[in-house]
Amino acid sequence: MTDIGSSLGYGFIASLTQVVLVAIGGPLLMGLMAKVRTRAEGRVGAPIYQPLRDLRKLMAKEGLRARYSSVVLAAAPLVVLGSTTLAVAISPLVTTHPLLSASSDLFVIVYLLLTGSITMALAGLDTGTAFGGMGSSRAITIGALAEPALLVAVIALSIQARTSNLPTIVADTITHPVWTSTPTRLLALVALVIVVIAETGRLPVDNPNTHLELTMIHEAMTLEYAGSDLGLITLGAAMRLGLLFTLLVNLFVPWGVATGSSVLGLLAAVVFLVLKTSLLAVVVSLIEVHSAKLRLFRVPELLAGGFVLAVLAVITELVTR
Amino acid sequence: MVLFMAGLGCCVLGVVAATVISLERRVIVVTLVGSVGCLLTFTAASQVLVSGRAESFHSSLVLPLAGINLTLDPLGALFVAMTSFVGVATLVYCVGYARGELRSRSALSLLLVFLMSLLVVPAASSVVTLLFFWELMALSSMLLIMVEQRRRVETRVAAQWYGAMTQLGAASILLGLLLLSTKGGQTFGDIRSHVAALSPTLRSFAFVLTLIGFASKAGAVPFHVWLPKAHPEAPSPVSALMSSAMVAMGVYGIVRVGNDLLGGGTLWWWIIVVALGVVSALFGALHAVTSVDLKRLLAYSTIDILGLVLIGVGCSGALAASGHPRTAHLALIGALLLVVSHAAFKGCLFLGVGAIERATGSRSLDHLGGLIRRIPITTALFVVGALSIVAVPAFSGFTSEWLLLQGLLHGFVGKSSPTLIMLLVGVVALALTGGLTAVAFVKVIGIGFLGQARSTAAASAHEVPRTMQIGMGILCIPCVVLGVAPGIVIPLLNRAIQTGHSSSVSRPVETGIGLSLVHLRGTIEPMLLLAGFVVIVAVIAGANSIRRRPARKVEAWRGGGDRPTARMQYTATSYAEPLQRVFADVLRPEIDVEVTHAVESHYYEQSLSYESRVGDAIERLAYQPAIRAVTRVGLAARRIQNGSVHRYLAFGFIALLIILVVLA
Repeated sequence: MTDIGSSLGYGFIASLTQVVLVAIGGPLLMGLMAKVRTRAEGRVGAPIYQPLRDLRKLMAKEGLRARYSSVVLAAAPLVVLGSTTLAVAISPLVTTHPLLSASSDLFVIVYLLLTGSITMALAGLDTGTAFGGMGSSRAITIGALAEPALLVAVIALSIQARTSNLPTIVADTITHPVWTSTPTRLLALVALVIVVIAETGRLPVDNPNTHLELTMIHEAMTLEYAGSDLGLITLGAAMRLGLLFTLLVNLFVPWGVATGSSVLGLLAAVVFLVLKTSLLAVVVSLIEVHSAKLRLFRVPELLAGGFVLAVLAVITELVTR
Repeated sequence: MVLFMAGLGCCVLGVVAATVISLERRVIVVTLVGSVGCLLTFTAASQVLVSGRAESFHSSLVLPLAGINLTLDPLGALFVAMTSFVGVATLVYCVGYARGELRSRSALSLLLVFLMSLLVVPAASSVVTLLFFWELMALSSMLLIMVEQRRRVETRVAAQWYGAMTQLGAASILLGLLLLSTKGGQTFGDIRSHVAALSPTLRSFAFVLTLIGFASKAGAVPFHVWLPKAHPEAPSPVSALMSSAMVAMGVYGIVRVGNDLLGGGTLWWWIIVVALGVVSALFGALHAVTSVDLKRLLAYSTIDILGLVLIGVGCSGALAASGHPRTAHLALIGALLLVVSHAAFKGCLFLGVGAIERATGSRSLDHLGGLIRRIPITTALFVVGALSIVAVPAFSGFTSEWLLLQGLLHGFVGKSSPTLIMLLVGVVALALTGGLTAVAFVKVIGIGFLGQARSTAAASAHEVPRTMQIGMGILCIPCVVLGVAPGIVIPLLNRAIQTGHSSSVSRPVETGIGLSLVHLRGTIEPMLLLAGFVVIVAVIAGANSIRRRPARKVEAWRGGGDRPTARMQYTATSYAEPLQRVFADVLRPEIDVEVTHAVESHYYEQSLSYESRVGDAIERLAYQPAIRAVTRVGLAARRIQNGSVHRYLAFGFIALLIILVVLA
């Protein structure tokens, strides 16, 4: 009984650490990427913690809501942030034993993220303005095309590990370091990078800094939001970015994730994770600097490429083992 | 069995009641009697599912010569229970819904005949019984499609298509089952004991023939053409019954014949099933995305989901044939759970469309909008069904698709390459349809229920009668319960798949607070996930509302322009346009752009009309030419029929001569 109690307690502490880490780290990651970009362009740019200041400002502002909107517009920020937070809490980010680690299935995580996307798309349509519909239509199109690539890449990893349970995959990868250099993993990695770029709305799929109607996707959906609602949505988007980046590094470079149940290991894992993820963010940011935004109707080609790579990952796994 | 027969008796009583009772009380009495019948059959089926003991009934009085054979075994009982559940919900809904033609004697009695035949088909245990009630099901549903034929001519075309396709399918099933009963005995028990003596070629012929018939009932591409025509034209309760129960009978038939009567069979049979499933899933999902008519969209999504079910059934058969019984069972459980939850959510959605039609007079998404403020209860119930079909975690669609995926995923073992390729194709199809289904239903909710009303009828919609809401609500229960606590039905499903050859392996899924696979690594606990989600949302909402005034209501942002009108919103067509463009090669939309230039200068346009239609490419490319060819043959045959009796006598004489020569 004490064993279950202590493991529950540990799981709770671990999950709480993950949520706090991603809630603060996600916005910082965005700030870091913006910083790298501005530096690469020869500008100074805002400090890395600027997104956190923006969030604080948004949370303090008065809330505004469109007159002809329904409960969907009001509930969407909570659902988006809630589903993302749940995914963060149960994913193996700093430990392989978070709360509900048995249910921390790859498909659960994928469908939790999909739930967030669906809610956002519905919120975009709620006020019945042209901008919202435009963003919603574009976002859901890209989401629908990224989804198969994501699922198949995830399936490739699951076939290799013979389970779709995420903590088990991470733990098994630590014990089988060879897995990280198999062609399956590498192909799945490229596919997942493409998906993560699309899902988090980074260049070359979407430009997070634009408000030009011809090009914006995510920003168009959130135009009707202001104040704390916008703050929650922005935090949700930042946490989504944080979650996807950290999952990506943990799936391919799992070292440093705590497998035991000591608090010290947890602290070390946090440090490792921050370092790994920052490195990934710098790399993605440098890729962003060197790429121009794709035309909307060229994005499906990029995602189809990701899908093909993911299918190849499955095939190589079936052929090479 | 007594309960089951009593239930069927209630249905017959309902038919009688429909014909004798006067108009004022007809609907309420008939639906009441029918509901009692459904409750009785539901109880009977549940008893069989819980105890696992099959019960039989035989009478030589009902059908001449062959008699009627009924056996309620766990597999059949699963489908009986499912049909009864949907039946109750539909009948309750009918109380509020029935108006005009649906209240007539013929329509109400046909509805109960249809329901009764749906209940008997899975319990039939002889070839004659099965075919008799299969035909009864087809005929009664065909006539039900035509209930509104005086007002709407389209129903006749739909019924024609449906009639032709279902008769071809039934003929195919008849041939296949006849082949199986050649060794004597037409009851399923006889067939089971004789099947080993049949040659493998004969067995394969029988399987393929029955597969064609059953797959066409399950709406598998390329036999699906009737489905998007018939479902939209029928009255909504009939659409709901057809889509959730009748279509499932196709799956039942494949499992019964392939797994049970033929005892598993060979690998290539199941490869055909998976191929049918993959094509159906992708085709259905893509068309659902681009459809604007709500019922047509739901009909295509039925093709999509049944395609996924066929993938599961086919992969399960293939895994069993290549010696992996445990994963085979897992995939079959996933497929059957998907059938059951499809019955719930698709029934709910079809009834919901009926409610929308009642409230607004239209089922075209481009005439709706803003319904969430006008008919909030219907909206909420519809959304539950939609979330379930999109497979949001803690709804039934997610649980069943998760189990199906686990079955396929853990099937990737060994070196039997045809099976592996099939699993790969199945998994890829599942992945591709997931996102597309989400788009289709975000479109339905976002365009239909949110935003501003696109027509005056939608702007003045009124909530539908309470009984209609209750009917939908009944079907929402399994959507949630199977999602949150799937452990309730998994033991029953375990029992249902033990029917027939594969009773050797014990349960593939353990149930506790959630589901976990036996001897394989995989667990989900939807209840805990839901609890976690609720706690997190409560914490966020609580923290967000501290010292905060309620949000101020303002006009929507108009980008510096005039007040946005309803016409400026995205429509269902424009919402799906990007995807339609991406998949233009498959969907083959017909687009007409007509530009009238100004007289003064060619560079100025006076008017521009744009029309885009997404038809059914398979119907256009395969069925229309076939129909034309048949018509041509028919016209040519007129030439030899000139009305002369002498000539006809000569034909008869020559035919007799040929037969004698052949026999000699």
